Amino acid sequence: MMTIPVLVFASYADAFGARTVQVPVSAPCTVADLVSAMRVLPGGDRLPTKPLVALNQAYAKMSASVQAGDEVALIPPVAGG
Amino acid sequence: MTTPTFAPATEPGCEPFIALVTAPIDLAQLVQRVSHASVGAIATFLGTVREFNDGRAVTGIDYEAYEPMAHREMDAIAGEAAERFPGVRVNVVHRLGTLAVGEVSVAIACAHARRAPAADAMRMVIEELKVRVPIWKREHYADGEFTWVDPSGNPR
Repeated sequence: MMTIPVLVFASYADAFGARTVQVPVSAPCTVADLVSAMRVLPGGDRLPTKPLVALNQAYAKMSASVQAGDEVALIPPVAGG
Repeated sequence: MTTPTFAPATEPGCEPFIALVTAPIDLAQLVQRVSHASVGAIATFLGTVREFNDGRAVTGIDYEAYEPMAHREMDAIAGEAAERFPGVRVNVVHRLGTLAVGEVSVAIACAHARRAPAADAMRMVIEELKVRVPIWKREHYADGEFTWVDPSGNPR
């Protein structure tokens, strides 16, 4: 088991009531595994079916593998401009 | 009053200038930074806080960003604009924090020898910014309610 800190923003931060969520997962872990693990945490039921995830500040596929020490963020629908 | 300094005309392009700021945006500074002896056209864009959205009276907007990634994405967009429009000089500044109606949330300046690539690059930068850059806005309404804006599925 390892714990991955996941950065959350805007509506997702409101859902989890935090800016960083500590997510327990078993290694090896994909982005999809991480999202599934977040769904069962308090507030995780408010996530959409396929939330965008960034790995080390770049958009990542659901199949990408997550390593301990990666910077992981859940990206709500963007609304800049 | 500062006078713009012009780099040699043999190097029309430049490193894009990208910034996320909390202070009000001064468009004149962006224009000055893209100015160059080789430039014949400067296309600028300002995004401002609108009074009504979907029929609701807006009193202000809070902007929030995943700052390091937002900076990277804006940098990548400017790089893609420079690839597509060689020689274009790009400046993008996005404001964060709480903005009142009428205030400028984003400013873009694109300079080129010719007007078409300057205008096309500016349009490309704002359209890409809106779909890729991790920035969010929470609208506050006259009735006291507030909500994070989710533009997915809504034409803008």
